[in-house]
Amino acid sequence: MRKITLIDRIVLALLVLIASYQIVSGLNRFSGITVFYFTVAFGVLIIAGLLLILFGYEILKNQFVIVIATLIPLSLSLGLISNNYRDFHLPYLIFAFVGLILIAITRLSPSKTLATVSIVLVHGISGITIFLLPILLYIKKSTPFEILFISLGATLIGIGGILLAFLQTGRSIISGKFIFALLPWILFLTTLAFYAGLGGL
Amino acid sequence: MWKKIKERLRLYWELIKALQTGLLLLTGITGFITSKCPIMNYAIFISLIGSLFLSISGSTVLNMVIDRDIDTRMGRTAKRPLPAGKIKPKEAIIVGLSLSLAGILWAFSLSILYGLLIFSGLFFDVVVYSMWLKRRTPWSIVWGGIAGAMPIIAGRALGVGKVDFIGILLGLSILLWIPTHILTFSMKYYTDYAKAGIPTFPSVYGFQKTRLIIAVSSVGSVLSVGIGITALGLSWGYLRLLAVFSTGLLGLVFLSIIKPSERVNMGLFKYASLFMLSSMLILISGTLL
Repeated sequence: MRKITLIDRIVLALLVLIASYQIVSGLNRFSGITVFYFTVAFGVLIIAGLLLILFGYEILKNQFVIVIATLIPLSLSLGLISNNYRDFHLPYLIFAFVGLILIAITRLSPSKTLATVSIVLVHGISGITIFLLPILLYIKKSTPFEILFISLGATLIGIGGILLAFLQTGRSIISGKFIFALLPWILFLTTLAFYAGLGGL
Repeated sequence: MWKKIKERLRLYWELIKALQTGLLLLTGITGFITSKCPIMNYAIFISLIGSLFLSISGSTVLNMVIDRDIDTRMGRTAKRPLPAGKIKPKEAIIVGLSLSLAGILWAFSLSILYGLLIFSGLFFDVVVYSMWLKRRTPWSIVWGGIAGAMPIIAGRALGVGKVDFIGILLGLSILLWIPTHILTFSMKYYTDYAKAGIPTFPSVYGFQKTRLIIAVSSVGSVLSVGIGITALGLSWGYLRLLAVFSTGLLGLVFLSIIKPSERVNMGLFKYASLFMLSSMLILISGTLL
């Protein structure tokens, strides 16, 4: 496994700074529950950045990383829905809650299929939501162009997730070294895109 | 000649534990800034930094002199300048006393209260913690913690002119953070401390009880900073950010209890330092911006 470099650490530290700034100053115009969801999304990015700085890439081997990582699209999509489609908020919240518990439980179960299915289901739906919802908002609600950066962030983090999944299955066409070299930049650009995107809401 | 001076400075830089001194210095600066004193008064601000730096590094040098026999017996510290014989104890005592005295006098010239607090911090650290209790009881870290809390209390007292509730809260956050910092370290170097005959929480109470003590003190530290931020009237955003950093800290504390490992323990040790650094930066930026 590739060792984390100084450049990787600097990029991750920048991620922490941007996400911190967003939590402190960028969420005040939203309502209480939406602020909570966005704080969780950026908070997970901060903690992920800090843990990678401290522990290196080996932490990605931990089976609970995937559970925590699911919180990013899940909480971001919850924030988008609670802010723009209030009628869907409660059903989506129930889906998110049940989905997260399902992922956590199936991680502990011996069946790998169940664990994979629950991840694909919950991560997939929330990922598609944060990709499509900003596009929909841009088209239908004449929301500023910046909101599309959230879709860009969703694409980037999706690519990161797929690359890591390939790595874990051992069927990657790209070398592990290259994937780990990309990872801090993907996380950084994702944070930057989410930061820019929320400015459009 | 220049090469010799450079080498000497490098040895003393090691002797004052630059990172630890830097973090304590930052807490003192934070305490002062939270008082919303006009920090653009460069003379006071520079005097605060100078007096703190001198007294903290002076007390660290004196601690190194006192602990040199212990350091010789521990693998981790055997190469330090004093046990390795690179600096003579007599010379270190003179330097340590000079730095401490200069720091204390400078502090008294700023304010009597500030000077008294700086002096008591130094007294608790060198006399009570290092000379008296460190070799007798693991509870010595409480007194070391009080000494560690003094810079932030003193910095704030210099700004507001008294020791107030917020100052005590901020001091408490440092005091309660110190067990997380020291106990994770004493678990990692358990055999080293045992070899040197220093009683630590892991050696007296066992590892699991030590982890529980870390958990309780971490929660206390997080709460103290949180209440401090609220009492200072900083915006909600800063409290949210503190909640995020605290979640990371408490998550690692929880993990160290349910799934203990050396990796988690050292991760917690490093994260705790990051947490304290972040808390101070939150307090500074929340007050200034």
